[in-house]
Order: sequence, then C-alpha cells, then structure tokens
Amino acid sequence: MNIQNMILTLQKHWSEQGCILMQSYDVEKGAGTMSPYTFLRAIGPEPWSVAYVEPSRRPADGRYGDNPNRLYQHHQFQVIMKPSPDNIQELYLESLKKLGIDPLEHDIRFVEDNWENPSLGCAGLGWEVWLDGMEITQFTYFQQVGGLECKPVSVEITYGIERLASYIQDKENVFDLEWTNGFTVRDIFGQPEYEHSKYTFETSDTEMLFNLFTIYEKEAHRQMDEGLVHPAYDYVLKCSHTFNLLDAKGAISVTERTGYIGRCRNLARKIAKTFYEEREKLGFPILQTTKEEK
Amino acid sequence: MAKKDLLLEIGLEEMPARFVTSSSEQLSNKVQAWLMEKKIAFDHITAFSTPRRLAVLVEGVAESQEDIHEEAKGPAKKIALDVNGEWSKAAIGFSRGQGANVEDIFFKEINGVEYVHVKKFIKGQETITLLPELEHIITAMTFPKNMRWADKEMRYVRPIKWLLALYGNEVVPFSIATVETGNTTMGHRFLGNKIEIVEANEYEKSLLGQYVIVNYDERKSAIVSQLKRIEEENNWIIPIDEDLLEEVTNLVEYPTALFGRFEEEFLEIPEEVLITSMKEHQRYFPVKSAGDKLLPYFVTVRNGGHEHIDKVAKGNEKVLRARLSDASFFYKEDQKTEINASLEKLNAIVYHEEIGTLSEKVARVRNLANEMADVLVFSAEEKVIVDRAAEIAKFDLVTNMVYEFPELQGFMGEKYALQKGEKQEVAKAINEHYMPRNADDETPNSPAGAALSIAEKMDTIASCFAIGIIPSGSQDPYALRRQATGIVQTLLNKEWGISLEWLIHTALKHMEAAGIAKKDIGEISNDMVAFFKLRIKHILQEKRIRYDLIEAVLGNEIRALPSLVKKAEVLEAAKEQLDFKENIEALSRVLNISAKAEKESPINRDLFENEFEKQLYSKYMLVNEQFEQELSENEAFDLLISMKPEIDQYFDHTMVMAESQEIRVNRLSQMAVIARLIKRFANMNEIIVK
Repeated sequence: MNIQNMILTLQKHWSEQGCILMQSYDVEKGAGTMSPYTFLRAIGPEPWSVAYVEPSRRPADGRYGDNPNRLYQHHQFQVIMKPSPDNIQELYLESLKKLGIDPLEHDIRFVEDNWENPSLGCAGLGWEVWLDGMEITQFTYFQQVGGLECKPVSVEITYGIERLASYIQDKENVFDLEWTNGFTVRDIFGQPEYEHSKYTFETSDTEMLFNLFTIYEKEAHRQMDEGLVHPAYDYVLKCSHTFNLLDAKGAISVTERTGYIGRCRNLARKIAKTFYEEREKLGFPILQTTKEEK
Repeated sequence: MAKKDLLLEIGLEEMPARFVTSSSEQLSNKVQAWLMEKKIAFDHITAFSTPRRLAVLVEGVAESQEDIHEEAKGPAKKIALDVNGEWSKAAIGFSRGQGANVEDIFFKEINGVEYVHVKKFIKGQETITLLPELEHIITAMTFPKNMRWADKEMRYVRPIKWLLALYGNEVVPFSIATVETGNTTMGHRFLGNKIEIVEANEYEKSLLGQYVIVNYDERKSAIVSQLKRIEEENNWIIPIDEDLLEEVTNLVEYPTALFGRFEEEFLEIPEEVLITSMKEHQRYFPVKSAGDKLLPYFVTVRNGGHEHIDKVAKGNEKVLRARLSDASFFYKEDQKTEINASLEKLNAIVYHEEIGTLSEKVARVRNLANEMADVLVFSAEEKVIVDRAAEIAKFDLVTNMVYEFPELQGFMGEKYALQKGEKQEVAKAINEHYMPRNADDETPNSPAGAALSIAEKMDTIASCFAIGIIPSGSQDPYALRRQATGIVQTLLNKEWGISLEWLIHTALKHMEAAGIAKKDIGEISNDMVAFFKLRIKHILQEKRIRYDLIEAVLGNEIRALPSLVKKAEVLEAAKEQLDFKENIEALSRVLNISAKAEKESPINRDLFENEFEKQLYSKYMLVNEQFEQELSENEAFDLLISMKPEIDQYFDHTMVMAESQEIRVNRLSQMAVIARLIKRFANMNEIIVK
C-alpha cells in the first residue's frame, strides 16, 4: 500500500469513528501534538474528535537526504478523541487491519511509554505500540496540557507514517517509499531535505533567528493580553520552531537552553490558561451543541 | 463448614511491565488481609498476573465468618449489686450494652476481685454478603504511577476494562468506574475470545484455552525452557539476565521465543553497544558462542504462537538492522573526532548551574587526583597515568554513541581512548572511574582507576554539599549516598590508608577556590564527615560488627578507613574473651575521668605522691613509644590493654581529684594524655560491658 492510500485509509477509518477530518495546520511545528487542533482543543470540558496528517519538522534530524532512517520533515497521522472512548485500543487495532496489518501474523504489543513535553507543560501516560519490535505509534492519555489538568481526558494516537510505510512496503530506505503511483518520497522530498539540512546546519542566520525568537515571543504575549488566543498561538509555534533551528545549529549553550525552554513553557502555560478563559466566556459552545443533540 | 472458591480478576489495558509483579503481590496480600480481618477461613491463595490482568484465586473460602464466642467483662460485683442485693443500674446497663439480660450475668474472679461477666455470641455473617467489599480492595491498590481516563474521576495504573468476581459460581456484585462485575474474562488480545468462567477454580485452565498463561511463574519457566531449546538446537549460549526475563514475562500473555540474525559486519561495533541496543531498546536476549563470543543472532519473545513466526522474525531483524546501522554510523563518526575537540565541547556543558561546567569539574577532579597520587606515593609512571586519565575522563560524554546510549559512558571512553593511541592503563582508568556503577558492581581495580574514581565522586559530593544539596530521607537526586559508599568500598578494597578527612578537606578547598562554597568550608566539612560516618556505619553493620563497637571506633576522626574497619573487627573478636570486660572497664575509667580535665599542663613527675602514679607513667611512656612504630590493629589493642594492671593499681591507690589544685591538675593531665592514646584506637567508654 502506498503512503497516499495509507492516509486515505486512516482518514476513512477515523472519519467513521466520528472524527472531524482536518488538514494540517499551516505553521511550522515539531510534532502533531503542537497543532492547535490538539494542544488547544485538549484543554477544557468540550468534547473533540479529530484526525489529520501533520508534517513535522525536526531540524536536528536533518541528514541532507543521506540517512535512510532520518528526516528533517516526516509525517504524522494524528488522532485526538476527547473523552477517550472505552474501546480506543480496539479502534486503533482495527485501523491496523485496514492497513493490511493482520495482528495474527505479527507481534503487536503495547509497551509502556510515558510522554512528557516540559516545554509545553504537557504530560501523558500510555504506550508505544510495537509491530514486530518496531515502534509504529505513540498512544497517549493526556493528563496535563499547558500546565492544566485534562478533564475529561483526551487520547492521542500518533502514527509515524514513514515508519509504518517502510514496514508495509518492506523498504530499507525511507526515500524509496512510494507515495503514490510513480512517485517516491525522494521525488517529492529529496531536494527539500537536502536544502533544509544545509540551511539548518550551515547557512541560517543565527543572529536573525535570535532576534526573531524575541520578536515572536513579544508578539505572542501582546496578543494573549488582547485575549486573541489563536494569533498568539501562531507566534508560540514560531518561537518553538526558531528555537529548534538554533538548537540544531548548536547555537544555544546548555545554560541558555534551560532559559529558552523556560520561556517556551511560560508561553504555553499562559496560552493554555487564556484559551480556557476565552472558551469559558463563550460558554463552552461545543458542550452546548452536544447537549442539545442528546 | 461448607466452602467455595473465590476468584477476583481486574482486567486492564496493558500495565507497565515493571509494575506487574509487585501489583500482583499487593492484590493478593490485600485480599488475604481482608479475609483474616473478617475472620473468613480459607485454604489457599494464589496470585495470577499478565500485562492485562491482576487476579487472585482463594480456594476453600468458608461460606460464613467464624462465629464469635467471648466473655465480656463488666463492673465489679460490689458495683453491680446494690445494698439490697438487686442489680444496679451499672449492671443493667452493661448487660443491655452487650445485647444480653441480667439473667445472663455470672461472676468471675480476676486478681481476687469478682466481676460481672456475660457470654457473648456473635453469629458470623454469610461470606457472600460481605464480598462486595472487595470493591474497596481494588480501589485501594496503589501504583507508582496513576492515570485518569475518559471522564472518570478515578486514578488507576491503566483504565479498567472488566471485572471478574466469582464466589463458587455466583457473581459478587459491585462496580468500579462504571465497570460492573461479571463472570467473564478476556482471552489473548488476538488469539483468544471473551469467555465465561463457570467455576472459580477453572480459571487458570479456561484461560490457557484462550492462549493466556495466567500464572507468572509458569509463563517465566515456559520462556526459560524455550530459550534452552533454542540454545541446544543451535549450540549457543543465551545468558539470562533476570531483570530482562522478568520484564519480558510481564510483556506477554502467551510467550513464544524465536531468533533472528543480523549482518556479521555489525560485530565490528563494540559488544557493549550491541548488547545495550538489543537488551535496553528491543528487549532481546543476545546470543553467545560456547567460547563467550557474541554471535550475530538475537532471541526475542513474541506475544503469541508459532503462526507466521518467520514474518515476525524478519520484522524484528529489520528493526535491529536500522538501529545497528545508526550505531555503526555513530561509531564511525566518533572515530573521526579527536579527543581534544571533544574536551573543547565540555566547556559548553553546564554540570549544574551553581557548580559550573563539566570542564571546570574535570579540572578540579584532576587536581584532587594528582594530590591523591602524591599522598599515596604513586610511582612517577603511575602519576602520569592518573593525570592523563583525569584530563580526558569525560571526553566520551560528547560522542554520538554516549549521546544515544548514556549508559555506555566510560565503556566508550575506554574503547575510543585505546583507538586514539592512549595508554592501556589510561583507557582502563576512564572506564573504571565510574565504578562501582551500582550496589552490585565491583570497585575499580587499577590504582589510577581507583584514585580517579574516588576523586571524581568526592568532587561530586563536595560540590553538592557546597551548594546545599544534602541527601535527606528519600531525597537523594544525585545518588550521593551510593557514591560515598563507593568511595569507602574502594578505599577498603585497595587498602589505602589515605585520611578521609584529608580527602574531604582537599576537595572542599577546591570548592572554596572556585567560589562554589556557599558557607564556611569548615562547616561543610563537618556535614560531610557526618554523612560519611553514616555510610561507614552501614558498611560495618553489614560486617556484623556490634552496634556499640561501631560507635566506639567512629567516635573520633575517621582517618584511614582500612585501619578503622580492622579496629572494629579486633574489638568484635576481643569481646568474646573473658578479660574483655575488665580491660575495657580499666581503659574507660581513664577516658571518663579525663573528661574532667579543664586545663592540661605538662606532667610533673615530682608531684607524683605514690609509686603507682610513677608505674603508670612509665608504662604509658613505654606503650606510647611502641605506638609510634608500625603496629597492626591487634598489636595496638594488646598494647593498650597491657596497661590494665597499672591502671587498676593506680585507681586503687590514687585520688585523682585531690584537694591540692596543683596535684589535681597534674593527675588529670596524666589521665588526659593516656586518654588521647586510647582514643587513637577507639572511644572505649562507648563500649557496653555487662
């Protein structure tokens, strides 16, 4: 099965479970969790079920397109369901079957893996799902987001698309994966991988990035003070990506690193709180809609 | 009495493997304690566990609580009867309170006084009516980490999926977090089905039919025998790591061991890397030849049967191949980097914000290690090795390999240092300076490795104490206790007589010089000495030295540790001798009275009034002179107790606290001088003699 069909299959499956199909969010981010569709919507009492593909940028993992296993940008298929359904493990395993992975022919295990992202004030408990020894999915029950307790709890399922595809297509090199008929990952992402790696490690303007971080941070705080959560959050994401670029280049010493992570965390906590307050002001509208439906 | 079996099972989403065994014991203990508290008799209790369930089967549970027959004691007879011989209010109230009548009262004498009594009988309740209380046992379970799920308030190790509670064939009704109890359980996630358990004692067998080996021990021995078979069939050795075996047993419900291979070229990667990669990351068992050589194979345990096992093997091979390719890439990259370039990078790594960078730490440790080498009178050659090893001990921390596998710090340092042309002893010292790595690990063997290990750990402890990080209770984030114990054990094993106080003081002087110390280093030094004394006490306790003897040898400065331990052992052996008591008493008398000496003056022999003073004085001079020579601890002890006759005679004929101040001071001074000599061995007056 090529990647395009994998995505279509997963979309159909989760759509059938009542998830809103969304498109990826248009600001750079390191993981699907950082999309506002996850980070913000996991906060507060309103139900929320959503599925989307998220291109995730990890500047430090850039390898100029040379390494068969590492990418500057990979893809995650992200599912969020709040409150977490009782049969969520079964729903997930069904999705694997639809991808052609018959559990009876493999060794599938749920191995403890607790997830923590201190820079976003997030913590969750769950597993990494192993397929014949390979981690193909992160499965997490959110306990805390942006420093706020999650009530109700969201479950997050993150499929590593390229990982899964390399298994399904039995390819050793991620660039040989077929995206769709006649197109490989190399065809589509080969050049950008090289260029982004070169940019990250060699040509990026460090001083400019430091300046940008400060500018973005300031704007995020300013917009939050106006109660404008979403514009503010876009700047938080930009801060985070800028930090990742600087970090990958080795421009941030260990002492400074702690300071920058602290600044990101402050932003995340503040924005989580602001989002909650703004939704509360609106009377948690989705909660109202679902009550009416019932 | 009629009996039935009781079965309780908590079905969960996959629990963390590391919690399963302890949680299973906890559940079984809690159920047992509850049955005993409720006075419900039972024959036998068995705990079961898999990643998806915790269960307890109690065989032969009585159908009701034991009846209680007892005699309740009331007021004394004289209070129970009024002047007319009628029952008093007190007696009536008592009997009513016991659910009886005054007619039931009888008298019984206790210590010569007659008291009112009634026979009490409490009928045991039926077990089935009490069993719903099992709900509270389940909710009272504690786990190292809990979670919430969905919209539930409850916190538990993982979401509860089903509850099975059967007494005989009857369901015990209760519910937890909207899950109701029933008589069904789930088989293997993929191979089994949901099934009904008709009788509690059929549990184990029924689940086996659903591809679940629910008994932990059986699952474990199944894995062991499968590993044995693979060993025999291929003529391999599969070393069994108990921790890994336990973890793997708790990751599967129906184990099937299988092996895979990897490319032989990966064997060029150091063995520790391969083993860590297999064990820590993949939970594989590495495979060795009869000659203890690592072979390009691995064994994994699948949660399932033999179907499509080749596919599973192939998948696992693919994963390991990707991991080892990464490791091989890092290994090659690391070899391109010079040691100096790595050391340069340590400048940028902050060890602790208040303590400084790793480079600064390395410089301090190097100074301390060199000072130690001087004190220990190392040869010129050894000194060069210590210095170089100390200089480059941390270079591997910035290599790719240690970044990926932090547990390989030191191992990689040794490998890379050798490859880059360092002396073998230098390379070895880099590895050894992390030893002992845990409570079961050995102490460093080479002189350079041992010196460096002590210097590094002492620096860590001193720097933490200097900024106020002092272990207390369960708080010891930097594992300072383990490191202090490591220092003590290393000094003992190497039989190094270097003074512990000197080590502490020297390490602290470096803190002072670097501006790290937050308070006076004299004060920090006292804290550190007290901290080390606790560790030494612990080590002596493990050597089964009697408590008061430990106090006696730890009463003064510690100085040379090997000698301190030997002193304790000498005392421990001597305490069995017949004259131990009188010897210790004699020495203690000197110590006790010497405490009264306020000012000391040089001893004036002209002030001696009797021959016994003179005799003790000459004896002391003799012993003192011999103490200046090299003595074993046994000889030292014998010398001290050889003063006993003179001491006894002295006290029999001499009044230390004489009227004349001049004579008193002279006598107390003599006592103080002898006391100092005794204390060089131990505070003998701490020893308990009966």
